[in-house]
Amino acid sequence: MFDDFFIRALVAGIGVAFVTGPLGCFVIWRRLSYFGDTLAHSALLGVTLAFTMEFNIAISVFVISSMIALILIQLQKKTNLPGDALLGLLAHSSLAVGLVVIGFLTFIRFDIMGLLFGDILAVSVNDLLIIWIGGAFILLTLKFIWKPLFASTVNYELAEAEGLNPDRAKAIFTILMAAIIAISIKMVGLLLITGMLIIPAAMARNLSSSPQGMVIYSIIGGLLSVIIGLLTSLEFNTSSGPSIITAALLLFILSLFKIKQSIKLKN
Amino acid sequence: MSTDQNILVKLNDAGLQLNNKWLVKGVSLQVEKGKIVTLIGPNGSGKSTTAKIALGIYKKIDGSVKKYTNKVGYVPQKISIDWTLPLRVNDFMMLTESLNKETIDEALSLTGVIHLKDKNLGDLSGGEFQRVLLARAISKKPDLLVLDEPVQGVDFTGEIALYELIKKISDELSCGILLISHDLHTVMSATDHVVCLNGHVCCSGSPMDVAKNNEYKALFGEQASQILSRYQHKHDHIHTDEGEIKKN
Repeated sequence: MFDDFFIRALVAGIGVAFVTGPLGCFVIWRRLSYFGDTLAHSALLGVTLAFTMEFNIAISVFVISSMIALILIQLQKKTNLPGDALLGLLAHSSLAVGLVVIGFLTFIRFDIMGLLFGDILAVSVNDLLIIWIGGAFILLTLKFIWKPLFASTVNYELAEAEGLNPDRAKAIFTILMAAIIAISIKMVGLLLITGMLIIPAAMARNLSSSPQGMVIYSIIGGLLSVIIGLLTSLEFNTSSGPSIITAALLLFILSLFKIKQSIKLKN
Repeated sequence: MSTDQNILVKLNDAGLQLNNKWLVKGVSLQVEKGKIVTLIGPNGSGKSTTAKIALGIYKKIDGSVKKYTNKVGYVPQKISIDWTLPLRVNDFMMLTESLNKETIDEALSLTGVIHLKDKNLGDLSGGEFQRVLLARAISKKPDLLVLDEPVQGVDFTGEIALYELIKKISDELSCGILLISHDLHTVMSATDHVVCLNGHVCCSGSPMDVAKNNEYKALFGEQASQILSRYQHKHDHIHTDEGEIKKN
């Protein structure tokens, strides 16, 4: 039953899970769920751009998502609108613009479902290279900025006062978010990427008592979700993205029993 | 007897404006190695803001601030930690610098909270957390300690012990300390230099000088002035009529 395309999907998914694990923890800690969502929605624009200009999808998505992140930061500085309103504005308008542009591209046949929800059949060897090389780069960078990023997540002023340069770490982290969305869009689809970031990390929060522990559980949760999800996808011919996210959800529900136990123990 | 080499941080006519309102203005002060400088003043007088200016947290300030060291320990007045983070005391100790086990244990023992090492930060009481904050700040053996009301919420006997500890640390590490405190009794016993703030520097000098200053009296009342003076007389030195301090 293990076809070539399935092995490719598995290798790609495992690569993605290694990166979404630690990044997802920061998304939860820094309350960036909707920020991730906004970047992911804007990815559609990146994809359409890649098709019109016959350019690499991952790089195009990365560029567009980074731009949206920059626009968001500028809007935050220059308007009085609350952060969530700006996020909603950018998320839905970039999604809408992306879909309108697709409407004009009648000469290209689009698999919109595949874009939105992921398509394991679409993973090529080229994509594998992008995921693993890009993923390794993201993880190395994250390791490099871990201390200032984590310290400023706990308390910005402590990090700044003790000379850790948290602003730079935050800017780099934003770029990493755009990068993970770019490399994982084919696997999970743009509507569900944030799920891949948040759900394994949320599960990990239920199981861990230290930040490092949470990162490790988050990676394990992501890996299990990918493996279970892809097997289901192959067996029942479901989209890969929703299958992976559903598997992650099941793991999260299981982790709730652990919380229940520890609360009982406390009382 | 201070040479320039001993200066750790120096504020020159520094101030901060936010939304066209001055939080604090025209502050000049310096902290030197082995010296304790205390900021006093009523609520909203700009004590914490001045401390943050000294730390370089604010970027757009008036005047200038020069920090001559990067080894800084900071105990902020308010700290809101997000409990979505699973964070034990031990993890928190290594927040800004990796330390070995002995260093962490030593610092936690000094502030009397070694038994809380593996506890979740969210489970600590206010006073316990304050002790952990202080332990974290001193554990990295900084050149400059900035303590913004470091003993708030600590029980009475603990408060005295912690102030003694702060004095001891200042002597042993010969680090400079910028201290903000409301407790005039305790402050005056260990402080080398007092800066009295009320949106600007209203007076500064040795504790005795400040106590005699009329602006200080107007700000804190006659009683506070007496507290200071009385405290001074418990010391191993006498004051001449001119307000100078003479060692016995």
